[in-house]
Amino acid sequence: MTDMTQTAPPRGQSFEHDLEKSDRTVAAFERTKRGPLGTIQHGLHGNPTLVPVIVLGLSIAAFGLIAGGKFFSAFNLTLIMQQVSIIGILAAAQSLIILTAGIDLSVAAIMVLMSVIAGNLAVYMGVPAPVALLVAFAGGTGAGLMNGFLVTKVKLPPFITTLGTWSIFYALNLWLSGAQSIRSQDIDKAAPLLKFFGNTIAIGNARVTYGSILMIVVFLALWFLLNKTAWGRHVYAVGDDKEAAELAGIRTDRTLLSVYGLAGLVCAIAAWASIGRVGSISPQAYYEANLHSITAVVIGGISLFGGRGSILGALFGALIVGVFQSGLRLADVDVLWQVFAIGWLIIIAVAIDQWIRKVSA
Amino acid sequence: MKRDPILTARGLVKRYGRVTALDNCDFDLYPGEILAVIGDNGAGKSSLIKAISGAVQADEGEIRLEGRPVSFRSPLEAQDAGISTVYQTLALSPALSIVDNMFVGRELRKPGPLGTWLRMLDKPAMRAFAREKLNDLGLMTIQDIDQAVETLSGGQRQGVAVARAAAFGSKVIIMDEPTAALGVKESRQVLNLILDLKAKGLPIILISHNMPHVFEVADRVHVHRLGKRLCTIDPKKHTMSDAVAYMTGAKQPDDVNEAA
Ligand SMILES: Nc1ncnc2c1ncn2[C@@H]1O[C@H](COP(=O)(O)OP(=O)(O)O)[C@@H](O)[C@H]1O
Ligand SMILES: [Mg+2]
Repeated sequence: MTDMTQTAPPRGQSFEHDLEKSDRTVAAFERTKRGPLGTIQHGLHGNPTLVPVIVLGLSIAAFGLIAGGKFFSAFNLTLIMQQVSIIGILAAAQSLIILTAGIDLSVAAIMVLMSVIAGNLAVYMGVPAPVALLVAFAGGTGAGLMNGFLVTKVKLPPFITTLGTWSIFYALNLWLSGAQSIRSQDIDKAAPLLKFFGNTIAIGNARVTYGSILMIVVFLALWFLLNKTAWGRHVYAVGDDKEAAELAGIRTDRTLLSVYGLAGLVCAIAAWASIGRVGSISPQAYYEANLHSITAVVIGGISLFGGRGSILGALFGALIVGVFQSGLRLADVDVLWQVFAIGWLIIIAVAIDQWIRKVSA
Repeated sequence: MKRDPILTARGLVKRYGRVTALDNCDFDLYPGEILAVIGDNGAGKSSLIKAISGAVQADEGEIRLEGRPVSFRSPLEAQDAGISTVYQTLALSPALSIVDNMFVGRELRKPGPLGTWLRMLDKPAMRAFAREKLNDLGLMTIQDIDQAVETLSGGQRQGVAVARAAAFGSKVIIMDEPTAALGVKESRQVLNLILDLKAKGLPIILISHNMPHVFEVADRVHVHRLGKRLCTIDPKKHTMSDAVAYMTGAKQPDDVNEAA
């Protein structure tokens, strides 16, 4: 406390002198009593990943009961991981952009374009596979930086920017590939390294692909960057309130540019993983994956308004989608109801986000 | 005794489209003083301090810090040069914690390879420093310094913003209406804090509409009118109604440089 009253004459206006006698605890961080709902709201505010974790746990338990051992086997659970690994990695890239209050409709287009580039170079042009992959990584980063440049320097809204680049990257991809897939046997012969992430580790009935492990490694690395480095704090600050972040001394445009560049690199990593997952390189694959990545992020509790949520939420979001699809399939429910259920999950997730954001002192 | 000003501005012009927010404005701040800047709403007070603190760039004019010409392209550059600002909007990130907000742009990294290679933040050190600063400034007793700023009351947020500006050894502190959102008691704490900072020898620019506050703490009063400095007055030689009359144009000052 600034308590100089014992030694110095009281400061201030006469009407304020009685302040010296007043209760001194007003500016303290008081703990007010909250109802049970308020406690939950505050708890979720502090731990936004709690919702997707609980939903994931409940849905695994529920489908375990409904579909029984077929669902709740090591084989099926690791299969789900494998099935969501590509969308998961794209969701990691998407999370970075959404944390800055942006949206990226081009993630899957960047991924497919980079897989085509790596495939063309390594399979048809005799470039060593590691070099082809490095070119793809650089290309993905460049594609992301192009989005970032349009958003920060040309000041276009991220939605419009990436709607445009989605088409541009997709067209380039059709042009470079001649709309033809690169066959699995050709990749095996010329550049088996491209299919590295298709390898599996078998533990009992569990089949863990390298791609599944890669997904988890990507999430952990990004989680570290976002939570343990100054750069990560700046990403949150920029997404929260860009103007305030600028005044507080953050180079906001530089931060945004780095986010878009990194997201592009992550998409290129997803490209490598996707070759292993699919086996071949198809220019028409993953056309809807942009939207699926957004679904995973939103279900994972990351706010579309930016600055809130943990990137690990997107991992859980992707897994929730995988669990629903697998569980409903094994319970012999028509595919249309899977789509129906995912739709509700999105709406409920956003509604919960809105509610958490209303938290007050 | 004629001292040299620590911070001066000459002929600042800032236009927003057809609005001229600063119209050939001069400004002087002397070492160790509290300079109040008063003026009607829209007179250009915030524009003046934004130009000085790098938040906007003046179209014309010159700013000198300790005699050297400076031109800040961003608030970060002004901070690095030693000018800390509490903006009227506070410039806090609501979802980030108190600690993260205090250290934004000046984070501490862990010693050794964790800091150099992995660029890992030294959160314990940051927490300890933030807690110490908030306590030093007498603004609040902290229970949870990892609490998100948006869960704090208006006065507490103000306290965090002021503590951030005061914590990092700056040469000049600027506060744009720091008590506007506060109650009687919280205002008093901020004013005491300003007096404490002055006692440490720091010059302070205080923008305020509250005449009793201005006349209590200010050494000189810069009256801002229609985008420029109308006059500087000595609060001991003028009444509050004089000041209000000058800033609203009801009365013209006899000596524009009385307190220069
Ligand atoms: N970013 C801006 N864009 C357009 N006009 C502005 C902007 N900032 C300030 N102004 C205008 O400049 C004038 C001075 O504003 P300001 O410096 O905020 O005054 P004060 O802080 O004294 O109330 C006002 O007419 C205001 O509307
Ligand atoms: Mg103002």
